[in-house]
Amino acid sequence: MYTTELQNQAGKPKAQVASTEDPALLEAFEARVAADEFIEPKDWMPEAYRRTLVRQISQHAHSEIVGMLPEGNWISRAPTLRRKAVLLAKVQDEGGHGLYLYAAAETLGTSRDEMVEALHSGKAKYSTIFNYPTLTWADIGAIGWLVDGAAIMNQVPLQRTSYGPYARAMVRVCKEESFHQRQGYEIMMAMASGTPEQKRMAQDALNRWWWPSLMMFGPPDENSPNTAQSMRWRIKRDTNDELRQKFVDVTVPQAEAIGLTVPDPDLKWNEAKGGHDFGEIDWEEFYAVVRGEGPVAKERMKARIDAWNDGAWVREAALAHAAKRNARAAA
Amino acid sequence: MSGDRARIDYALRLGDDALVLGQRLGEWCGHAPMLEVDLGLANIALDLIGQAQHFLAHAGALEGHGRDADKLAFRRDVLDFKNCLLVEQPNGDFAQTIARQALFSTWHELMLQRLQGSSDTAIAAVAQKAVKEVAYHASFAREWVVRLGDGTAESRQRMVDGLDWMWRFVDELFAMDLVDQAMAEAGVGVDKSTLRPEWDHLIDAMLAEATLERPAPRRGVMGGREGRHSEHLGHMLSEMQFLQRAYPDAVW
Repeated sequence: MYTTELQNQAGKPKAQVASTEDPALLEAFEARVAADEFIEPKDWMPEAYRRTLVRQISQHAHSEIVGMLPEGNWISRAPTLRRKAVLLAKVQDEGGHGLYLYAAAETLGTSRDEMVEALHSGKAKYSTIFNYPTLTWADIGAIGWLVDGAAIMNQVPLQRTSYGPYARAMVRVCKEESFHQRQGYEIMMAMASGTPEQKRMAQDALNRWWWPSLMMFGPPDENSPNTAQSMRWRIKRDTNDELRQKFVDVTVPQAEAIGLTVPDPDLKWNEAKGGHDFGEIDWEEFYAVVRGEGPVAKERMKARIDAWNDGAWVREAALAHAAKRNARAAA
Repeated sequence: MSGDRARIDYALRLGDDALVLGQRLGEWCGHAPMLEVDLGLANIALDLIGQAQHFLAHAGALEGHGRDADKLAFRRDVLDFKNCLLVEQPNGDFAQTIARQALFSTWHELMLQRLQGSSDTAIAAVAQKAVKEVAYHASFAREWVVRLGDGTAESRQRMVDGLDWMWRFVDELFAMDLVDQAMAEAGVGVDKSTLRPEWDHLIDAMLAEATLERPAPRRGVMGGREGRHSEHLGHMLSEMQFLQRAYPDAVW
């Protein structure tokens, strides 16, 4: 799963700070990026590029880890053994994505512990989508279908992002996400053609997850001040609104195909633009969720912090044991 | 007891051990002490759920009443579950989870090694695949017992407590009842009592490396194989079976 780059407030462009970096190095760097070359950990890079990448990759990693919680909420209640196994495998994949994204971010000189600390203190963000609750089994379908569907839109272009370790991590992530998206849609399909109770759950899940899924692409382009710079650096390859439009156009027919209704009275096909027009997103809600005011934001952070604190003695024991082993080997 | 009934029960026991422990481990998902451990526990859970699917499907086929693996997993009550008491014990802290896993997986590996040669070809086929998975479960768990036992004072105490909680359920793993005897004689199952020396050896080696004492002998608590369980299982089932019970006509 993916988080678009989040900031605490609707974008106010930051004052440009005069760069003290060597103009020749900067020029060479910009040329390499413009030529679609990969930047590798040992290469010279502007500090702002490094900072932006650490923020984006760590947000992405945190989203994978926090994203384990809403789905993990249903592992114990999955309705069949096959569904349980598939969900376990999926949540395990998310953890794996987190692991190699943290590793990619670490190549930029920030440790995993520092990143985790930033998450727990509220300094680092994660995708807004995970601050919504999973109430019925249909939510597991909706997350796979919509949330992973949105993630794929975001991530496919990132396989060509300019930072080598991030791009390579994305190649692995994308393979697994498309499997997740299919299994989510399959859950929705089964429920939408099931009993009236199942159909109700499926429609209700679509109603609740639709708008938050559209918000996953981040603020509208006119309020996304870092987009231009990030696109120039090839950290980002498409704008938020372009990706959002693409997602709507792909997803609406999928909903229709299984007899579900997208909860947007303004949604209609626009022949002239060759895409759907859709209603206004509630950006107040989006920014509130970014600020940490999502419906289950407190539960999500508490679960992460509790797991970390409750596991401290285990991590300490592992370190102490390794130290003892090393000491014995050296003796 | 008819041979058919014994064989069905035997497959149910194998399936229920895997199902119940897989369900327990799934509870850790997203909450483990570190990401690598989270992935490791989920991986073990996934293997066990897969094994449960195969063993329960086999039990259902032997029974011949049209019950598939899901019907058996989600529509039986406590009295019809045949798992050992060890696997239904609550996760507790990480040390308690690891104690349960080390004791069970060490036994499980020895069982599956023997079951590879079962005269029941379905059981043999599952065992052949599962034994490789379970070898990893056992080594993962025993390595953690060593780390925690020979880690800090706190981890050591927690490991001691975890083993102490689980130890009363060890004897049941090796107990032979009429089902076990019939299946061992038919070449389907294993004489579990013969596994004990090797299990003792492996566990003692683990404890020695972990600088831990073997827990004091105590009276074994039994009954799981006949459906007499701890209070914990009913709560687990009420959660696990919720959707199938609440919407009995639905297909998922």
